[in-house]
This record gives sequence, structure tokens and C-alpha cells, in this order.
Amino acid sequence: MSGHTAIRIEHLGKRFGAGPLVLEDVNLSIETGEFVCLLGASGCGKSTLLNLIAGLDQPSSGSIETPAEGSAVMFQESALMPWLTARANVELALRLRGAPRSARRREALELLDVVNLADAADKRPHELSGGMRQRVALARALAQDRPVLLMDEPFAALDAITRDLLHEELERVWRRTGRTIVFVTHNVREAARLGQRVVLLSSRPGRVAGEWRIAETTGRRIESPEVAALSIEITEQLRKEIRRNAA
Amino acid sequence: MPHEDDSGSAGRVATKERIETADTEASAPGLDTLADARHSTDDDHNDLRSLEAGLDRLQTAPERRPSAWRRFTTSVLPPIVFVVALVAAWQLYVVIAEPRPDIVPGPLGVVAAITQAWEAGRLQEAVVTSLERGVFGFLIAVAIGTPLGLLLAEVKPLRRAVGPIISGLQVLPSVAWVPAAIIWFGLTDATVYFVVLMGATPSIVNGLISGVDQVPPQLRRVGTVLGAGRWRLATHVVLPASLPGYVAGLKQGWAFSWRSLMAAEIITTGGAIGFGLGSMLDQSRTLADLAGVLATILVILTIGILIELVFFAPLERRMLRRRGLLVERGR
Repeated sequence: MSGHTAIRIEHLGKRFGAGPLVLEDVNLSIETGEFVCLLGASGCGKSTLLNLIAGLDQPSSGSIETPAEGSAVMFQESALMPWLTARANVELALRLRGAPRSARRREALELLDVVNLADAADKRPHELSGGMRQRVALARALAQDRPVLLMDEPFAALDAITRDLLHEELERVWRRTGRTIVFVTHNVREAARLGQRVVLLSSRPGRVAGEWRIAETTGRRIESPEVAALSIEITEQLRKEIRRNAA
Repeated sequence: MPHEDDSGSAGRVATKERIETADTEASAPGLDTLADARHSTDDDHNDLRSLEAGLDRLQTAPERRPSAWRRFTTSVLPPIVFVVALVAAWQLYVVIAEPRPDIVPGPLGVVAAITQAWEAGRLQEAVVTSLERGVFGFLIAVAIGTPLGLLLAEVKPLRRAVGPIISGLQVLPSVAWVPAAIIWFGLTDATVYFVVLMGATPSIVNGLISGVDQVPPQLRRVGTVLGAGRWRLATHVVLPASLPGYVAGLKQGWAFSWRSLMAAEIITTGGAIGFGLGSMLDQSRTLADLAGVLATILVILTIGILIELVFFAPLERRMLRRRGLLVERGR
């Protein structure tokens, strides 16, 4: 770890209009190259937090520092342009980034190869499976070439087998590119499987309710005992947080 | 392409470098162990690759397009059979009931009328004149309707003010404009173009507006995240995404142009106005030549169908297929 802080969030609060407080006094600092999972039940404002980090929304109070280059974002829906091929979708990101025309095609193919989709470069989104679409979306996010990659439940809509594979894929890409990744999920196992750090958010209003650091992150699988053990621990805390809403 | 991982235990270097430059080969210490680690991650990666390739294959079905013969039998043949049956029934009625030929002419009489008009050169003149006006008028309508539609779709206050009126104009039969147009422009081509324009533009505007409305919000969001400003968001995301609605509007716009044109041509004859299909229809009526009237109606209908079949249908089919929106019939 290089010890640089990539994202620093201090006393962050957010409410929409006159509505209830969605986030309250969130403090979080994320190192460069760190893989952080934001975990929480529905309504904990994790997507809101991600949008704030992405700069798609403004905080009501507190501050967020992010790298000047900005962040790449990946959503739950792949949101690929349906009229463009996989390659053209990646090229669009390169183009909007300002990459020179001559390099776009080659670079797009390289990025698709990173997610093992070089063969499907000329297919359109509707010809791809859900997992393949998310991999194209990942390639597109990588094409943005930003130091931070924000992921909003990107694998939530996939079947378990595909999700497992994409976990491995994402881990590989992360190790290879050294991106700072903030991964939002409501799946405890997914968080325990992927993160170097798992941050639990409480609900209504969302605030940091717990944090776990994982020392050894190589060779983890969704079925690994250490992942299971951590999941149990986190789930316990999560349930405690949820129960508090019953009163 | 470098596929090797920076082996995790050897310490990941957090850099902003791009993928192709992330290479630790030369400078890494402990070459033997690293090579081993790399070997195993390479294997892992190849495992993952083949696994993913297998899953991809399982989860995608090759797109099956119906064969040319199947398309012929499911979409070309049925209407042809129907038309042939219709003509046969008509001929049969004429042969059996022997109605007065000036009230119910037979198919042969209509064919004769078409041949006659062709030999006199009237048919060609009328078709060329009308098509020219129809296409040119339609293109003007497109040129006006497209920017207008975009403006109304993107500027909400304007849309609230003008939108209902445009929708209302779509309901108003464009023939209603003919008297006004004659008073303004006299018996000139300008009258005809004006009526065509009033007929086609609202459809095109409405088509584009509904196309823009149906652009999924997440595509706009992605466009913003990818760094598109307002202008590039419009040209790279919103416009292409709204194409299905736009093409539907164009198609309807053409239908309205053609109808308005015929109406205008029937009503406004004489003066500096050229001889179109509508004029031909009106001429046949004054001569009480029912075979001629039916012949002209058939020609007008055929041109309408041909333009749809040759131009709009392939355009629409291609666009929808590329987006996976086309449900192939006959499955």
C-alpha cells in the first residue's frame, strides 16, 4: 500500500430536499489502491454515498476529497449503448476521454481482452449474456482510465456461478491495474470475498457502523472458511443494526 | 497482450499506470519464487479464461435469422395470395353478375385504363410530379421537424407551452389548410408544399419527442459519468438512443405527407400547378371514368406501399435488429 489517501470523507451529511437525513456524519478515508466494500441493508444510503463520491450529487454538509482526475463508475445495469458493439461501447469511453482516434480501436480490443471478451468485440449488447455485458461495462470503466473505480452493486443481477467468476475477474483486474475500488453491495459474502476492508453502514440515517480489515486477500474464494467466518461476524453486526430500526 | 498478474503476495504496486505498462518482470527480486508464482497465476488465469469462455458459450444462443425462403412464405406470400384472391373474386363477380361497366368496371377495364394513361404519357407525368412533390415536401418537413422536435424535447418550458398544440395539429386533417393556402399562395406549388408540411411536421416532431422521452435515464447517467458535456451527450447518447421513436415518426410523417399531397392535388387544380396523381384522379372524375379513377387510386396506393416496403421497412428492421428489439416473426 502506498499510503496515499485517494478519497477522504469527513463529517459527510446528505438529505434530499426537506426529506429525512440519508447520510449522517460519515467519516471514511480510502487509501490509493485499496479495495473497499461498502455494505449495508437497503436504505442505508450506500448508493447515495457512491454518487457523492462520483460527483453526480452534492453533499449537504461535510466534505469529500477525491482525485482530480475523477472516478469511473459501474452500475448494476451494464447500461451499454444498445446500438453499439462491445468494442464501440469501449471506444465511446475512450473518445469521450479524449483518446486519439488512431489508438482507440487497438486500446478497446486490449481492454476487452483484459476481461476475456476479445472474441465478442463485434457483438451487440443484446447478443451478450448478463455477465458478459457487465464485463464490457468493466472494460468501459477501465477505458476511462481514472484512478478510482466506483461500483454500485455491479453483480447483483447475475446468477451465482457468473458472479463467482466475475469476482475472480475483478480481483485480477484490481491487482493488475492498481485501481482504488469502492464496491457497494448488500451481499455480506460478496463483501467478505472481495474487500481488503469492509465498511458497514447503518440504515436511516446511514453512518459507519463497523469496519473490518482483511490482512490476507490472496487466494480467497466465496466458499473459503475465512470468508465464511468473516461473513458470520459481519452478518451479526448487520442484523443488530437492522433490529435497531424495529423499535 | 500481457496477461500476467502482479503476483499478489509479491506486493501490488499502486500506480496510475495503464494496464499495458504495468510490468514488474525485470526489476522484481527473488526471480525464482516470482517465476513460480507467476506460473501458478498464469495457470489460474488460463483456468478462469476457459471457464469464462465456456460459460459465455452456455449463456448466449446464436442469433437465428429466419431463412430467405421462410421469410418469403411468412411475410411476402400471404399478402400476394390475398390480393390475387381479391382480384379473382372481383373478376368472378363481374363475369357472373354483369354489372354496368361504368358503375363497376372489371379488373381488366382498370388495367386497360392504366395502360391507356401510360401510353398517353399522363401516368408517368403524374407519378413523377407527385413523387417529386411528396419527397421534397417530406424532406422539408424533416428539416424543420427534427430541430423543432429536439428543441421541444430538451427545453421543458417550451414543451409545456407548444407540445399540446403540436399534438393537436396531428389530429387536424391537413386538408383543412388548403383553402387558407390557396388564399395565401394562389394556385401554385407553394400551396401544395405548405399543406404537405402542415401534415407531416407534427408527426415527425412528436415521434422525435417520444423517442427522446424513452431514452433510458441510466444511458444519460453513463454518458455524464463518461465525461460527455451537454452537446456530446445529445449527439453521442440521446440522439442515437431516440432513433427508434424518430424513425417511427418519420414513417408516419411520410404517410401524412403523401395523404396531404393527394388531398391538396385533388382540390387545387389549374393555375400554375403541375399535373399530379391527385389532378389525374380529379380529371377522371369529371370525365365520369370510373375505371380511370380506380386505376389512379391503385397507383397512389401502390406507391405508398412501395415506399414503405423499399425504404422505411428495411431501415426500421435493420435498426431494431441491431438493438435486439426485433422479435422475428414466424418462429
